Amino acid sequence: MGLVLLVVIWLITLIGSYFIIAKTWWLPVGASAAAAAIDHHFTVSYILMGSVFILAQLALGWFAWKYRDRGAGSQPAHYSHGNTKLEVLWTILTIILFVGLNLASEPIWSSERLHGASPGAVQVEVTAMQFAWYFRYAGPDGKFGSTKPELEDASLGGAGALGLDSNDPSSKDDVISGVMVVPVNREIEVILRSHDVIHSFFVPAMRFKQDTVPGLAIHMHFTPIQTGDYELACAELCGLGHYKMHGIVKVVSDQEFSQWLAAREAEKQ
Amino acid sequence: MAGGTRGGEAITMVSHDAHAHAAPQGFIRKYIFSLDHKVIGIQYFFLALVAVLTGMFLSLLMRIHLVWPNAHLPIFGDIKPETYLSLLTMHGTIMVFFVLTTAPQGGFGNYFLPIQIGAPDMAFPVLNMLSFWTTFLGFLVLVAAFFVTGGAPLHGWTGYAPLSALPSAGPGEGLGADLWIISIAIFCIGALMGALNFITTTLDMRAKGMTLMRMPLTCWAWFITAILGLLAFGVLLSAGILLLMDRQLGTSFFVPLGTVNGVLTGHKGGSPLLWQHLFWFFGHPEVYIAILPAMGLCSQLLSVFSRKPIFGYKAMVYAIMAIGFLGFMVWGHHMFMSGMSPYSAFAFSIMTMGIGVPSAIKTFNWLGTLWRGKIRFSSPMLFAIGFVSLFVVGGISGPFLAQPVLDIYLHETYFVIAHFHLIMGVASIFGIFAATYYWFPKMFGRMMNETWAKAHFWLTFVGAYAIFMPMHYYGMAAGLRRYSQGTEVAWINALAPIQKFISIAAFITIASQFIFVINLFWSMKKGEKAADNPWEATTLEWITATPPPHDNFGGVTPVVHNGPYEYSVPGAPRDFVMQTDAEVGAKKH
Amino acid sequence: MADSVVPHDIPSVYEPSLFGTYSKKIGMWLFLMSDSLTFGALLYAYSYGRISTPNWPTPFHSESIVNATIMTAFLLTSSLTMVLAVRASVQKDAKAQTLWLLATIACGAGFVILHGMEWSKLIAEGMTLPFFPPVPGHEVSAEFASVAKTVPQFPSTFFTLTGMHMLHVTLGIVYLGVVALRKKFIPILLALWLIAWLGTPSYSPFHYGAHVLLAAAIVCAIILWLKPKVYDASDVEVAGLYWHFVDLVWMFIFPLVYLMSARIL
Repeated sequence: MGLVLLVVIWLITLIGSYFIIAKTWWLPVGASAAAAAIDHHFTVSYILMGSVFILAQLALGWFAWKYRDRGAGSQPAHYSHGNTKLEVLWTILTIILFVGLNLASEPIWSSERLHGASPGAVQVEVTAMQFAWYFRYAGPDGKFGSTKPELEDASLGGAGALGLDSNDPSSKDDVISGVMVVPVNREIEVILRSHDVIHSFFVPAMRFKQDTVPGLAIHMHFTPIQTGDYELACAELCGLGHYKMHGIVKVVSDQEFSQWLAAREAEKQ
Repeated sequence: MAGGTRGGEAITMVSHDAHAHAAPQGFIRKYIFSLDHKVIGIQYFFLALVAVLTGMFLSLLMRIHLVWPNAHLPIFGDIKPETYLSLLTMHGTIMVFFVLTTAPQGGFGNYFLPIQIGAPDMAFPVLNMLSFWTTFLGFLVLVAAFFVTGGAPLHGWTGYAPLSALPSAGPGEGLGADLWIISIAIFCIGALMGALNFITTTLDMRAKGMTLMRMPLTCWAWFITAILGLLAFGVLLSAGILLLMDRQLGTSFFVPLGTVNGVLTGHKGGSPLLWQHLFWFFGHPEVYIAILPAMGLCSQLLSVFSRKPIFGYKAMVYAIMAIGFLGFMVWGHHMFMSGMSPYSAFAFSIMTMGIGVPSAIKTFNWLGTLWRGKIRFSSPMLFAIGFVSLFVVGGISGPFLAQPVLDIYLHETYFVIAHFHLIMGVASIFGIFAATYYWFPKMFGRMMNETWAKAHFWLTFVGAYAIFMPMHYYGMAAGLRRYSQGTEVAWINALAPIQKFISIAAFITIASQFIFVINLFWSMKKGEKAADNPWEATTLEWITATPPPHDNFGGVTPVVHNGPYEYSVPGAPRDFVMQTDAEVGAKKH
Repeated sequence: MADSVVPHDIPSVYEPSLFGTYSKKIGMWLFLMSDSLTFGALLYAYSYGRISTPNWPTPFHSESIVNATIMTAFLLTSSLTMVLAVRASVQKDAKAQTLWLLATIACGAGFVILHGMEWSKLIAEGMTLPFFPPVPGHEVSAEFASVAKTVPQFPSTFFTLTGMHMLHVTLGIVYLGVVALRKKFIPILLALWLIAWLGTPSYSPFHYGAHVLLAAAIVCAIILWLKPKVYDASDVEVAGLYWHFVDLVWMFIFPLVYLMSARIL
């Protein structure tokens, strides 16, 4: 029985680890400035935690086999209540490992979340509602027009869905889109809002996720570094249509972005 | 002094027969409204069994839907997206509250805590009975949610507001959601009564010689779990009341100004994050409420079946305390992406990594206990070893999720599902299985069939890995949880083969649980008669008759002379020294 | 194994208990710990709402503050009478014990009645929740009505905190009543329920609040049936712990809800 345990535990450990080491299923290619650092921290964590995992499982299987009851008359179990020195040692090692790992990730967290977007960032307001995403650009005046909950009507789409107040002059040039178009290599400041329940704005390729909370306007930022279409999806249970609440982040060159924005502006006239 | 508290004892000496309320006559007082902690423990156990079978059945439907979203099932018909969400809500709620909280603590704790400390019953037998029936009522109310108009709620077991606060937010958010909240509030009251009883019993009713540091680790685990329950369920009760008020009385604690489908909700000024803070202040200790009893039990079993004292008894006790204490300071790690201050995220993250330390200490001590032992592979031991393996794999993914930087990506993916199912779900359930195989002889007077038990172990152990290991990969590839189908989002659709593999593994694993259920009922009737101490273990439940008499020790109270894990003591006549045996020579602790 | 067990009926078969006290008292302390977290969560919700709301209203005029002060005086007095009841129970003066318990109940009831009237007045003046039925033929005060409209958090937290506390006082009254009069208290409770329910108009808080008494009567009947015992000094002491705790909670709620929301002219 000990041998079976050893074989099964070792096999599970090795097969389980194989798919991680081989990266059979892995994070998508990173397309934002922060992706490299985050992915690096993933790797470091995997190496450290993976080693602990493999060693512990190997030891468990090994002990189960090595110290099996070999029948009457064999060596009795070793009578010991433990070893204080060993315990102190592995307590200290674990503290160093866990806290050290955490501290190592602090600079990334700090640049992603503790610091706001730089003043020149492109602002996009992201509004979530059951079960759609809307993206709003302030237009030439650089000001988002005010919105009012009592004006919201999802069936109208666009400005109507957001409840844009047409009496506010700064709302005249606001561009509203169902696709998020952003320029490459520019910092994007997203302003995350929700009308009804909590949603979450998740773009795996950007290594970006943030809940959108009704009643709050959450300011966050990321910098795309690669053009292309990246899928986004809702990552907080929001109701029966949660599974189909997805969209596209289109990263284009700076010039294409300006052209796109101008074209949308022209459509409004 | 009928009723059996130590009431008034400090003032006047009361006969201790007071504890041992007379054995009741008549079926109802003996088996239904019994005051005997052993009967109540068995009642809790069967409640948890019904609940776990229900919860498992719901997961079966979910697994079918995830792979064949358009399948038409006999009787149930089509599973719509909202039905899937109801299934996951009810699966989570039933499993967390009525299985993981109920079986290890209410079931085995009730039965064995008093016996293991040498008490004739719980400190408050009437409260104990009320606690069970309250919990039972909570279960009925919860299951009723399936049968009301609109069906069961779809807001998940965490019930995030405003989704859970607004009847207009989706089907199932009407009466079903009200019943869900009421059920949880009722459960809280039952759990509070139980917790109070466990703590008082442990503090006040230990037999002579049973000092705190001679208690089996199971008792320590139940004791600390009860303290966690006492502090955590009171807060959940408040949160539930406030949520119900938001829904029924028109208050706005959790709902800000907003619209659903363009219609104003009529609420204003509330904060969705307030619900999350209150919920997770309960929710994180709840994780430890589910896992601590299993940790205590497996510590015990590793020692019993390795024929070796537990490695580092004191360290184990302090680790349980540290986990319990830190458990109250880490709730924010569920909220890294919620819009909470990123500064507090970092503080919560450090505390969370800190809680990994006592967990790691326990793992090392379990390995240390096996080391140079003389291991007997009876079925309880297999499950205990399986528990350690699952605890390691479930624990090791914790430090990923505890770091906000990695949680940005992993939050709300299947990686989280894999993590908490392994550590608080499957590992705890391995604890429950181990406890059943270990204590069944004492509870029912017969042994369980060992061959079937071993078959059950291998299928469940390999099955659990086959289900939950791939979920890590699914999560690493950004597969999102709580998606009723993965067909809409391209990158999730690409992961469909993993879901298919998981479902097939789940079907086999679920099927193999019936080996356990059949073995359980078959052995009750037909199992081999059990001796008083079939495992040659040292704790007090094994000195008394099988099954134990009404007052546990037959009119007497044991006197304890030894620690709980004196195995293979050099010079002792047998390889185990009962806690009640004359003091052993070696007194190293 | 001669020394491995001892008969039940010799002293000290157990390890000494915590602080040398008895189970019921430990049980009550534990309940109070748990209950203080329940209240703590409500106070946390209150603080959360208050901090996140700019321009928290301060609508309470001297009339409300004076009323609340009288209520506070009732509770403080009841704590004193409770102490006297405990003393009488230790001195085994059964008559004095019952009298002081009844005095405590009277003070508690005074608190609940005054508080209920205060609720009625506020609801009538427009500081209400959508749940409460409107009061017919009463002048709505523009100030309170606008508070309820602009800052719904204010009535929400007010009615939740004071309601939860009032529930605790009411249950405390029932608890003391059962300790003082045992079975005889059940019919009194049912009579009180009928009076409060049938004797008040349907919009009155007493009307729907009365059902708490009915529920309490049922639970007490069950408990008295399960444990038909004579209550001794320890029961009075434990009941006193609960009563003092409820008073203590009011000492948080009164300043937070009333004084910190008073209109200072």
